[in-house]
Amino acid sequence: MNAILSVDCAQKKFGGLIAVNDVSFDVREGELLGLIGPNGSGKTTMLNLISGALRPSAGEIRLKGERISGHAAHHIARQGVARTFQLVRILPSMTAEENVMAGAVFARNRLWGTNARALARKLLARVGLEGRADMPVASMTYIDQKRIELARALAADPRVLLLDEWLAGLNPTELQIGIALIDDLRREGRTIIMVEHVMDAIRTLCDRCVVMNTGTKIAEGDVSDVLSDPQVVRAYLGDDDDA
Amino acid sequence: MQIIVTGILLGGTYALIALGLTLQYGVARIMNLANGETFVAACFIAFWLFTAMQINPLVGLLVIAPAAFAINWAIYSILLKPLVDRAKNRGMLEVDSILATFGLLFLLQGLMLLAFGGSYFSYTFLAERFMILGNPFGLNRVVAFGAAVVIAVGLYLFLYRTRHGTAVRAVAVDPNSARLVAIDVAKTAAFAFALGGALTACGGALLSTFYTFNASMGVVFTMKALIIVIMGGVGDIRGAVLAALILGVTETAVASLIDPGLTIAATYALFIIVLLFRPQGMFGRQTS
Amino acid sequence: MMTLDQSEIRIGLLGAIAVAALATLPLFSQGYYLSLGVNLMLYAALCTAWTLFSGPTHYISLATAAFFGLGTYTVGLWVDHVPFFALVLGGGVVAAVLAGLVGLATLRLSGVYFVIFTLGLAELVRQLVSWTQTKVSTRMGLYVFTDFTEVHIYWMLLALTVAVFVTGWLIGRSRLGFAMKIIGNDETVARHVGIDTARAKIILFMISGAFIGIAGAISAPRYAYIEPPSAFNPMISFLVVIMALLGGTKRLWGPLVGVIPFTILFDQVSAQFPNHTPIVMGLAFLAIVYLLPDGVTGRLEQLRARTKSSEKKVLEEKVA
Repeated sequence: MNAILSVDCAQKKFGGLIAVNDVSFDVREGELLGLIGPNGSGKTTMLNLISGALRPSAGEIRLKGERISGHAAHHIARQGVARTFQLVRILPSMTAEENVMAGAVFARNRLWGTNARALARKLLARVGLEGRADMPVASMTYIDQKRIELARALAADPRVLLLDEWLAGLNPTELQIGIALIDDLRREGRTIIMVEHVMDAIRTLCDRCVVMNTGTKIAEGDVSDVLSDPQVVRAYLGDDDDA
Repeated sequence: MQIIVTGILLGGTYALIALGLTLQYGVARIMNLANGETFVAACFIAFWLFTAMQINPLVGLLVIAPAAFAINWAIYSILLKPLVDRAKNRGMLEVDSILATFGLLFLLQGLMLLAFGGSYFSYTFLAERFMILGNPFGLNRVVAFGAAVVIAVGLYLFLYRTRHGTAVRAVAVDPNSARLVAIDVAKTAAFAFALGGALTACGGALLSTFYTFNASMGVVFTMKALIIVIMGGVGDIRGAVLAALILGVTETAVASLIDPGLTIAATYALFIIVLLFRPQGMFGRQTS
Repeated sequence: MMTLDQSEIRIGLLGAIAVAALATLPLFSQGYYLSLGVNLMLYAALCTAWTLFSGPTHYISLATAAFFGLGTYTVGLWVDHVPFFALVLGGGVVAAVLAGLVGLATLRLSGVYFVIFTLGLAELVRQLVSWTQTKVSTRMGLYVFTDFTEVHIYWMLLALTVAVFVTGWLIGRSRLGFAMKIIGNDETVARHVGIDTARAKIILFMISGAFIGIAGAISAPRYAYIEPPSAFNPMISFLVVIMALLGGTKRLWGPLVGVIPFTILFDQVSAQFPNHTPIVMGLAFLAIVYLLPDGVTGRLEQLRARTKSSEKKVLEEKVA
C-alpha cells in the first residue's frame, strides 16, 4: 500500500450540521481518484479539508505519512497540494503569465524570475494557451480561465492535485478537450483527486472512485463496480423523497 | 465593591452607545465612526435643554431620541445608501463607510467646536447621595443607569417580541434571505441605522447628567463602543451589554487602582485579549 | 534579476534630476518656503510610506501618529548619549517592532479590526509613555538640542523620501511584492498557492512603520521640546490618510499629487482659520469618498483610458 494521501476519519461540523462525517480513504501515488456524489453530499467540503481551506473538526489527513490536517492552507500548499476552485478563481488584474507564475513562486517549486516565467510559458502552452501570456485574464473566455487555473495549480508541481468540478460548465467540444488534458496529466503520473459530476469523464478517467452521500462515504472502489452499487444508485436517483 | 458598582453604573451608558453602534454595523452594515459625535451632540442638547429651558434630561430624551432618529435616517438615506448601492462587495463598503463616517466625524466635530469651543461643560442634576450596599453613589449616576436599563430592555423586547424586530434581526443574519421572505431590506437597514443613532443619543443625554463633556471627545467614545461591539460580537445585544459592563468595571478599576491616565490602555488590554482568543465575540460562534 | 529596462532607466534619470532640483531649494529660500518645503517633504515621506502598506492591502492604517511619535521619542530620550543617526535607525526599529505587534494581533483578521485597533493606537502609546515617564522621572517633556537646522532636516527628509521610493520599487519586483499583488486580487487563491498572507502583510506593515518612525526621529530636532501630546498627535494619522487617498494609492507616486496641494491648503487654513481645520478635514474625507474614490491619479487614468477607447472607436469607425 503506497498511499501518498490518507484521509482518516475526517469530520467537519458547521454548528449542528455535519457536512463530512468520519470519511476515510487513501489515494495511491499516480492514481486518479474520483470523488463523486449528489449535490450537497460533502465532496467540496472534503476537498476544502484536504487543501486546508477548512480545518477538520476531528480526524486526520496525512500527506506522505505527515499530518497536514490542522495546518494553514499556505502550509499545505507548500507541502505539495494544489487545487482549482468550483467557481473559477483567477487573478483578474494580472496577465495570464503572472497568473500561472503565482503557482510557481511560493509553493513547493519556489521558482523566481526567469525560471518561473519560463515554467509559466511552458504550462500555458501545455493547457492550450500558447502565445497568450501577456493577455489580461479578465477578458478571457470561461474555459480559458479554467485552463489558467489548471496551469497555475500545475505550476506548483504538486504531489496531489485537487480538481473541483473542473469540467463543469464546458460545452461538448470543450469537454472533449478538457478530458484529454486531464487524461494527459494522468499518463504523466500525476496524483489527482477529482470532484466531478460529468459521468463520461469519470468513466473515462478515474482509476477508482469514492462515493459520498449526506456527508458519509457510501462506496469505494473500481468505477464500474461502484456505479452499479445499489446504494450508490439509490443515492443518485433517490428512493422516494429525493429527486 | 465600590469600584464594581461605579463601573457597572458607567457601563450602563456605554451599553447604549454600543447597542447603537452594533445595530448600525450589524444590520445596516455601516461601520459608523461618527457615532461618538451623535453621542456628544446629545450631551450638548441635553445641557441646553436643562440650562436654558429647565427641562429635566429624562424628559429631554423624549425630544432628543426622535430627533436623533430622524437625523440618522437622513444621514443614512442621503450619504450612506449610495455607498451601499455602489459597493461591489463587503470589503469595499467597509472602506467607503469608514472614510465617509470619518468625514462626518470631523465635520460634526468641527461644527460643534465652532459652536461651543473646546472647553468642558457640565451641569448639576440630581447631585445627591444615594446609598447602595452601604456606599454612597451619585443619584444622577444611578438614575442614568436605571434609564439605560429601561431603554435596553425595551430594545430587547422590540427585537425579540415584535414582527418588526424580527425583520431587523433577519436582515442582520442574512440580507439576501431576508429579501426572499418579503422584508424590505433597504428600509429595515435605514430603520436600524436611525434606531442606532437614537440609542446612542440617549446614552449621550444620560451621560451628560453626571459627566463633564467637550466637543472633541466623541472619537474616544466611538472607540470604546467599537471595542465593546467586537467584544460582544457584532449584532449581539446580550454580548454588547455584558461587554459594556465589563469595560466599565475594568476602566473604573484601572483608574482608581493604578492611574486615571491609563483608561485607554485598560480598554486596549481587553481588546487585545478578545482579538487573540475570541475574535468572533464572547458569545459568537466559531466560523471558518 | 537586476536588469533594468528602458522605461525604468528613464524614470530613474528623471527622478534623479527631480531630486537634485529639490535639493537646491534651501539655496533660494531660508524662510517661509523652506519651512513649507520641510512640511511637504515630511508628508511626502509619510504618505508614500503609508501607501507602501495601505495601497496594496486597502487596510486603512491610523497608526502613523504612533510610529511617528515613537521615532520622535527615541531621539528625545537618548539624544545626549547616542549618535543621532543611530537613533534615527533606532526610531525605525522601535516603530517596526510596534507595527509587528499590531500586525500579529490584527492582520490575521478582517480589515475592520485593524482600523479600530490603529484608531486609538497613538492615544494608547501616548498614555503608556506618559505613565512610564511619570514613574521613572519627574518631568513630562524632553529637550532635544542638536546642531541641525531646518535645511538639514529638509535634506534628510528628502533622502528618506527617496529611500521609501527605492524600497517601494524593490518590493514591487520582489517575491513580497508579487505576493501582495496576488493577495490584492484574491486572498483565498493567495493562501492556496502557498503564500502566508498574514506574514506578508505583517512584514509590509513593519517596513512601512519603520519609515514612519524614521521620519519622526528626523523631525525630532524641529520640536526642541517634546511632550507626549504633541509627539503623538493623532491628526498626523488622519492627514496622511487624506493626502494619500486624495492623490491615489494605485501608484507609489500617487500620494504626492495629494500631498502638495493639501499641505499648502492645510497650512493656510491652520494659519488663518485655526478653528476650521476639522471641517476642512471632514470635507476632504467626504470629497474622497464621493468625488474621487480612486484619488486624483486614479481619475486621470480613467479619463485617459476613456479618451483612448474613444480614439480607438473613431479609428475603428474609419476602418469600417
